[in-house]
Amino acid sequence: MSTSLPFLFELGVEEIPHWMIEPALADLDRLFQQFLSQHSFPSSAVRYDGTPRRLVLRTELPERQEDRAEVVMGPPKSAGPGAAQGFAKRNNVAVDALAVETTPKGEYFALHRTVIGRDTRELLAEALPAIIAKLPWPKAMYWTGKGQVTFIRPIRWIVALLGNQVVEFGIADVKSGALSRGHRRLGSDGIAFDHATYEERLEKNGVILSKDKRRKRIQDGIKKLLKGTGLTLVADDALLTDLVYLTEFPTPILGEFRKQFLELPSEVLSTVMRHHQRYFTLNDAQGNMAPRFIAVMNMKADGKGFVKKGNERVLEARFNDARFFWEQDRQKTLEDRVPDLASVTFQAKLGSYLAKTTRVEKRACEIGTVLGIDAAFAVRAARLAKTDLTTEMVKELTELQGVMGGLYARKQGEPVEVWEAIYEQYQPVSMEAPIPASKSGQILSLADKLDTLESCFSIGMTPTGSKDPFALRRAAQGVVKILVEGRLRFALKDLSPDLHEFLLDRARYYLKDIRGFAYDEVSAVLAAQSSDLVDVEARLIALKQVRQTENFEALAASFKRIRNILKQAGEYRDSVEESLLEDGPERDLHNAMSGVLARVAGFLKSDDYIQALTVISTLRPAVDAFFDRVLVNAQDPAVRANRLALLGRLNAQVSSIAELSEIVTSSTSE
Amino acid sequence: MDTFQQTIFKLKQFWAKHGCVIQEPYDVEVGAGTMCPETFLRVLGPKPYSVAYVQPSRRPADGRYGENPNRLYKHSQLQVILKPAPANVMDLYLESLAAVGINLDQHDLKFEEDNWESPTLGAWGIGWQVMLDGIEVTQFTYFQQCGGVDLDLVPAELTYGLERLIAFLQDRKSVYDIEWVEGRTYGDVRMLEEQQFSVYNFEKADVKMLWTLLDLHEAEAQRLIDEFKGLGEGQAHDQRRFPLLAAYDHVLNCSHTFNLLDARGAISVTERVGVIGRVRKLAVGVATAWMEQQALLNASQEAVA
Repeated sequence: MSTSLPFLFELGVEEIPHWMIEPALADLDRLFQQFLSQHSFPSSAVRYDGTPRRLVLRTELPERQEDRAEVVMGPPKSAGPGAAQGFAKRNNVAVDALAVETTPKGEYFALHRTVIGRDTRELLAEALPAIIAKLPWPKAMYWTGKGQVTFIRPIRWIVALLGNQVVEFGIADVKSGALSRGHRRLGSDGIAFDHATYEERLEKNGVILSKDKRRKRIQDGIKKLLKGTGLTLVADDALLTDLVYLTEFPTPILGEFRKQFLELPSEVLSTVMRHHQRYFTLNDAQGNMAPRFIAVMNMKADGKGFVKKGNERVLEARFNDARFFWEQDRQKTLEDRVPDLASVTFQAKLGSYLAKTTRVEKRACEIGTVLGIDAAFAVRAARLAKTDLTTEMVKELTELQGVMGGLYARKQGEPVEVWEAIYEQYQPVSMEAPIPASKSGQILSLADKLDTLESCFSIGMTPTGSKDPFALRRAAQGVVKILVEGRLRFALKDLSPDLHEFLLDRARYYLKDIRGFAYDEVSAVLAAQSSDLVDVEARLIALKQVRQTENFEALAASFKRIRNILKQAGEYRDSVEESLLEDGPERDLHNAMSGVLARVAGFLKSDDYIQALTVISTLRPAVDAFFDRVLVNAQDPAVRANRLALLGRLNAQVSSIAELSEIVTSSTSE
Repeated sequence: MDTFQQTIFKLKQFWAKHGCVIQEPYDVEVGAGTMCPETFLRVLGPKPYSVAYVQPSRRPADGRYGENPNRLYKHSQLQVILKPAPANVMDLYLESLAAVGINLDQHDLKFEEDNWESPTLGAWGIGWQVMLDGIEVTQFTYFQQCGGVDLDLVPAELTYGLERLIAFLQDRKSVYDIEWVEGRTYGDVRMLEEQQFSVYNFEKADVKMLWTLLDLHEAEAQRLIDEFKGLGEGQAHDQRRFPLLAAYDHVLNCSHTFNLLDARGAISVTERVGVIGRVRKLAVGVATAWMEQQALLNASQEAVA
């Protein structure tokens, strides 16, 4: 075993977009592991770190590969000495160095030899340029000239050290070396170090390498700033992660803005601060927004207060803009803005938002009729819903579309049902986020999403693979979530077959991955052709619960058998001839069934699926006895047909609740 | 504290010292410094070129009648093109900030992803917005494509928003309060222009006439492009002296006319996509012809040498 050496690889790059750093490190890991296994290196712990300016890999590697034995197979022995000589010559050995191997195909000449392990440094020098070039990026660039290496941003330096020796290679006019670089302002270029002092040396040069340390420095810094102020941080983990990867030496500072801006909607203030300026917002002791913020610098300190002042000034300018928009936009009512939607494109082939508005109004009205709800508020909301796209505020702060419309509608005296619906129209924003709280908001959101889906489907713009430019999957998931969680009984099968199938697919995802129902339970219930998703959910809850009871799985296994028998039989009658029933298990099953199915029908009238399935489970002994002692394929064709009819009737009744044969049981999985 | 014009002098001097041709603004209306031939055409082809100039950039829809402290119909960009981008381009940029008096040890600097794309020019690049204490002071772009053509040498484009940068340096809340020269503010120099052009762009511009102008400029640019395309073997002399620069001026006129129509709210959904496509077609046409002409010119220069 050769000596193990520390290996350090640092790729120095101009500022990498913050959101790409973690995925890049995962890709680097994948490529490096491929390298290790390709060259039969033992697996060892690899540590990856990333900052905006560097991707770093550290591990231990043997100084050289292990020697390994290798057998090279030659010609068959029957080919004679001439062939053996040729084979020996090709491999640069004497013919008496060859052995004869016996294989299932006969005897063959073979050469046993030892392959000397190569220097790890050499292997690395060959592999690293390819690993760098293979790192995939969402949008890469070239910089040394057309047709040359592409990467996310220009590569400016490379450190590659195995032990104390440089792994020598070059890529894009950069040669690997032993020197690292520090923070742009806090450090110097050409930092020498050894493996043990690498992190420490970087830190002295203004680079905190570990993302966890940077995160902690931000969190601790904020705690210190807020101590004794009575202010609390509005936590925002996504923002914190952005800042961790936008900085090499993060330091939070506390800034303030004039109290009078608090008159603006807090949604506006918060969007400007969090999304546009990357500031954390703060609350006062009463839980209201405080006129303060936290910015995170990529510096150690703000000794002269310039950074605080600059950030305060830019925030004030942005708030001034927002206030101007807030005043200006309200000079024209949303109603008066409806015609302006003619010049806002929804989609080139689908026309303007005015056309969409007209469709969504109609749709909201129809949904109201289907659901038996007065949709007048939702229809009014639909008319105004997109008008905020013509306001200056939304042109500037696009994230606030919908929300701004709601706020303007409230100011203009629209009823609460209307402005809330506008405000909530884009909810749910994700599968974890809430659906609109108001009924009119739910109807509007549904009408809007169904319109988008239907329109895009009508021009063939359906998602394929990873391509989904109009976020139709998300829209469909929104539809599913609103229908189920809003308890809206809306029949999906009235939609076009394509869209119906697309929504069912999203429903499957929602029920399984978000709601945690088992795969087979979802399949069983969806196969039963339920009328709507609220009903699907009720059946799933029942199935999940009754499944735990002792008779259920065995019964489900029997249903698989029943379905196979019926499938093989092809056609069968639907009425049972009582006179043909044999006394014993067959008649017993028939009697038990008649009683059970009558009770089931009663429970189904009130959608009580738990009771219905529980009662069905009681059929297990009768079904078991039937299969134990009755032969379905009786010799008398009339008896056989009658038995098939009996099973057919049972199957039809039960599978209208859930296709029990879809349930994976221990006996079916054998 | 430096005045507006002193800061501009210093930036120009800095980039002159680093080998840039210092150009004057281009005298056809443009929406951004990128559109000037000194950028759009010079970045094409294999010849190195470095240039810096202040370009008044007109965006009719951004006008605010001089009433908004931060928004202007016409703002000034200092445009720097370094073709090809040297490996130390970032350091040079930071030095330029130091040259106008920013002590970077006392400020916070971040490079945030911001890729640039101009559908009307068939151009895109990759880069950052440079944030100084939370204020965007520069757009930094590595060009990749222009006029639909992949670039041979990758230029770095630095665009300093001068009003914003200098308001920062002078600590002014409104760009109109910037001291242009001692005793005169930015407002003294430019306010009337902002007011009058806002009135014209939003209220008075004759839509019908603008559409006619657009058609005329488009036809003239297209006529020239087609004529150049029609030249071939044995007409190298005519190809080399062909006025593609004039054709490009008409493309710029189309683009500005489009912006005026847009500010007037005169462009409907379908028209919008269509007009952008028309201008793009011209820009790509000129860029392609320009590449061809440059190849001829380079070949004849080499022949002489």
